Amino acid sequence: MTVLAAVDTTTTLGGGETVAFWVLGPIALAGALGMVFSRNAVHSALWLVQTMLCLGVFYVVQEAPFLGAVQIIVYTGAIMILFLFVLMLVGRDSSDSVVETLRGQRVAAAVLGIGFAGLVGAGIARATRGLPVVGLADAQGSGGNIPGIAELLFTKYLLAFEVTSALLITAAVGAMVLAHIEREPGSRQTQKELSRARFLTDRPQTLPGPGVYARANSVAAPALLPDGRTSLDSQATGIEAQEVDQMPRPTGRGQLGSPDAALGTLDPAPEGTDR
Amino acid sequence: MTLTYYLVLAAILFTIGAVGVLVRRNAIVVFMCVELMLNSVNLTLVTFARATGTLDGQIMAFFVMVVAAAEVVVGLAIIMSIYRTRRSASVDDVNLLKY
Repeated sequence: MTVLAAVDTTTTLGGGETVAFWVLGPIALAGALGMVFSRNAVHSALWLVQTMLCLGVFYVVQEAPFLGAVQIIVYTGAIMILFLFVLMLVGRDSSDSVVETLRGQRVAAAVLGIGFAGLVGAGIARATRGLPVVGLADAQGSGGNIPGIAELLFTKYLLAFEVTSALLITAAVGAMVLAHIEREPGSRQTQKELSRARFLTDRPQTLPGPGVYARANSVAAPALLPDGRTSLDSQATGIEAQEVDQMPRPTGRGQLGSPDAALGTLDPAPEGTDR
Repeated sequence: MTLTYYLVLAAILFTIGAVGVLVRRNAIVVFMCVELMLNSVNLTLVTFARATGTLDGQIMAFFVMVVAAAEVVVGLAIIMSIYRTRRSASVDDVNLLKY
């Protein structure tokens, strides 16, 4: 059968496939380079998604529609989203350091990479010159790609398939063990204990809110006490308290006019600053 | 155009992934580079399946995808637990075994 098939096979591919390759190949390369060179890890993940989508199209073009779908669903859909989840968990601003731990490592890696790419690329190009395109029409039979894969998977590769299930279960259990945080039993406080602890402090009630003025309702504006002093408790932590008179005027109230004009007090707002 | 173009593209993608593993310091990005290397090998397997006219290459690519999924799950869990103890996702900060 192989001999018969080899007689009428060609080495060149169709025109549509050529166009698809020359459009998507550079895009896949750009995605890979962008992943390596972008400083932000989230950008790296998105560049990698681009490369993976291009590879999925390549699979579909190369008579592997099942793998193409799995590539898009599992790789770009599940694995990359998992990457993004973990990136958000560990803090996406934990950007890469630019310090080289080993001196000259980047240059050495670049030289090594160019050399490796040249060597392997040239070797493959020479070794596979005139590689015949047998095609999968004979191997798949009349059922198409997915029945062909299923038949092989459940006959010839059945043992590997079963071992894969053990691998997946082990991975799931391992991930649970690694990501689990053990809490001391009984260390979690109940609602009753929390409220009792709160009433034993000096201030059982909640803290006062920030002050609301005619010209400012920012959280930076301190609340006034009955005797005219400002309440230190009303200020949010981490925000510097500001003088109410120095605060910028509220904007976006064109239909109401300037708040100063409405109150008829103090200095009118300069023309053109308030809409 | 012949099938060689696909193989050369896969080789270049593999090289970029390998260089990324060597150069990048963020453990998550290093993982992404490993994923790129696995993907380029998958492209090679699919191309050879088509060249030889058998489906075995596609089956192998399928198993590579399954193993990659399991590897990512465990690897990201390890990175999470390292981040919890060291407050960093950089591979340079995981040097306790060095001294």
